[in-house]
Amino acid sequence: MSISTGQETINPISTSTRKPPTWWATVRGHRFQRNATWFLMALPALLWLLIFKYLTLFGVWIGFTEYRVRRGVFGSEFVGLENFQFLFATEAAWRATRNTVLLNLMFIFFGAVFSLFVAWLLFEVYTSNLTRYYQTLLLLPRFVSWVVVSYFVYALLATENGLINITLKNLGLQGLSWYSSPEYWPFILLIISLWSSVGFGSLIYLSGMLAIDTQLYEAAQIDGANRWQQFRSITFPMILPLVVINVLLSMAYIMSADFGLFFQVTRNQPLLYATTDVLDTYIYRSLTVTQNVSMAAAAQFYQSIVGFLLVIFFNWVVRSIERDDEPLSLF
Amino acid sequence: MSSYKTQIRQLRKQDTDQLLSVITRFSVHFALIFFSLCCLVPLLLIVSASFTDETTLTRQGYSLIPSEFSARAYELIFRNPNAILRAYAVSIFTTVVGTIVSLTVMSLLAYALSRPEFALRKPLSFFVFFTMLFNGGIVPYYILMTQYLRVQDTIFALLLPYMVVVYYVLILRTYFAALPPELIDAARVDGAGEWRIFFSIALPLAKPALATIGLFMALNYWNDWTTALYFIRDSDLYPLQYLLYIIQSNAQAMQIQSAVGNIAAGEIPTQTARMAMAVLATGPAAVFFLFFQRYLVRGVTVGAFK
Repeated sequence: MSISTGQETINPISTSTRKPPTWWATVRGHRFQRNATWFLMALPALLWLLIFKYLTLFGVWIGFTEYRVRRGVFGSEFVGLENFQFLFATEAAWRATRNTVLLNLMFIFFGAVFSLFVAWLLFEVYTSNLTRYYQTLLLLPRFVSWVVVSYFVYALLATENGLINITLKNLGLQGLSWYSSPEYWPFILLIISLWSSVGFGSLIYLSGMLAIDTQLYEAAQIDGANRWQQFRSITFPMILPLVVINVLLSMAYIMSADFGLFFQVTRNQPLLYATTDVLDTYIYRSLTVTQNVSMAAAAQFYQSIVGFLLVIFFNWVVRSIERDDEPLSLF
Repeated sequence: MSSYKTQIRQLRKQDTDQLLSVITRFSVHFALIFFSLCCLVPLLLIVSASFTDETTLTRQGYSLIPSEFSARAYELIFRNPNAILRAYAVSIFTTVVGTIVSLTVMSLLAYALSRPEFALRKPLSFFVFFTMLFNGGIVPYYILMTQYLRVQDTIFALLLPYMVVVYYVLILRTYFAALPPELIDAARVDGAGEWRIFFSIALPLAKPALATIGLFMALNYWNDWTTALYFIRDSDLYPLQYLLYIIQSNAQAMQIQSAVGNIAAGEIPTQTARMAMAVLATGPAAVFFLFFQRYLVRGVTVGAFK
């Protein structure tokens, strides 16, 4: 007979066994109470976002002041665009911008090509028992922190006893002083970036390929299409939208570099800054090493605002090309 | 006669096709083995170096197979294991507590935002989502943490940064929104309150999503060294990855000093010991994560993660 012992039931039959409703329930009814509960549930995360994401928005103000720790964010003297004038007068800011954008472009382009290639390889032999092991090994880099990556990069590139220089010497060639030769680093960083991202990226494309209707392949086989023809006229065109959209969405974040890659793998080596200093490492140094907070904040604001515009722009592009039944844009 | 010739020709073509397909399969496997080894070998280099004799490593250099086997690096570490044990404790604590708390906080928010009858759903969703577009970045965040919240050199500095990842909230919200409404209505008729529905219906049904996101969160916390780089100076609170970084950068500094002649070369923490530390810091966690990798693969194959 008794259906309920709960407090917030809406079942009228069980009213007799219910505890008396709380005051707000009496005042506004169950709907209000339920909404209040939901709000309460959301509250911890909302508070976190308020403090860490919204309060920090006021922090962009620091870029327009001569920041003094004692006087706080809003007590510091307002200097207008002075910090920005200083920032863009330095060669380092432009260098960091150039490095960030060009290296990211390279990572995105080659990352997409290699991920797609590995995904296709996996797709070709997906039924094989070995595929499981390939997947596991390809995911391995995803578990390793940048610090550990920097350890093995050092084991490869150390001048005196690194594996690569030893090999070069054994071949009768001259070893190179990698950590003081910036010209090689775009290439080294590209390889390391591919090492850490291709495995995971390929699994995304692989799942896209597995979602393709198998009837298409059966029909193609009946028509006598070989594997290459099947790839060219089925797999590739079917997976292309996903690739394009992934690339466009990564382009939106082209102004922010992976701090770990550029800080750890280069061992923060000043001799390499010419090709490895990016906005994130530049801001880190301004903030903690040279302790020029206003300058750091100006660079940060510049990075954030350009990043914001890029996100809006590329999302608009994605929205204009995506299919209606498969929304992939952020908003 | 001519039809016989075409038949022969067709048969030959089939043979070449079959041969080609065998060759293709073989080369595909070959390429995949190559790529898989590329992922594995650099890590083996660290393991091999950690088991190499120190002087051999200095003289003959790094190699994939230790040219002279030695476990002395590990002996050295285990003789004085305090630093690494402490770092282990800090890392395990932040990973476990951080993952549990953030998963709870995020799924509570996601659940509330997934309720169609929630009056504040639209404005709150925008409030949450907007943070993905504009990011104040590290500078205001650094000042907030150090000047206002003053959490530097406390365990909170390590726990707070990744509490809410909006992207994961959106995924969880989609997941909760897809729960069958009849189930929730039935629970309500049975008198379950919203909390009860959340904990005994929504959460258990969302287990796959929670497992995947939990794994990603755990990875975030375990591999985090940037937070310590900014906010931790107290060596008792060094997490593992940061300890590894410190050892490496101290060795770098000492090398420079010893080149100038201030320090005897023997005092520098040995290369093999550093590599052994890296193995001890990564090995157990790598095994743990590989054990749970199917959740990661599932997360990918659901198409939920970009």
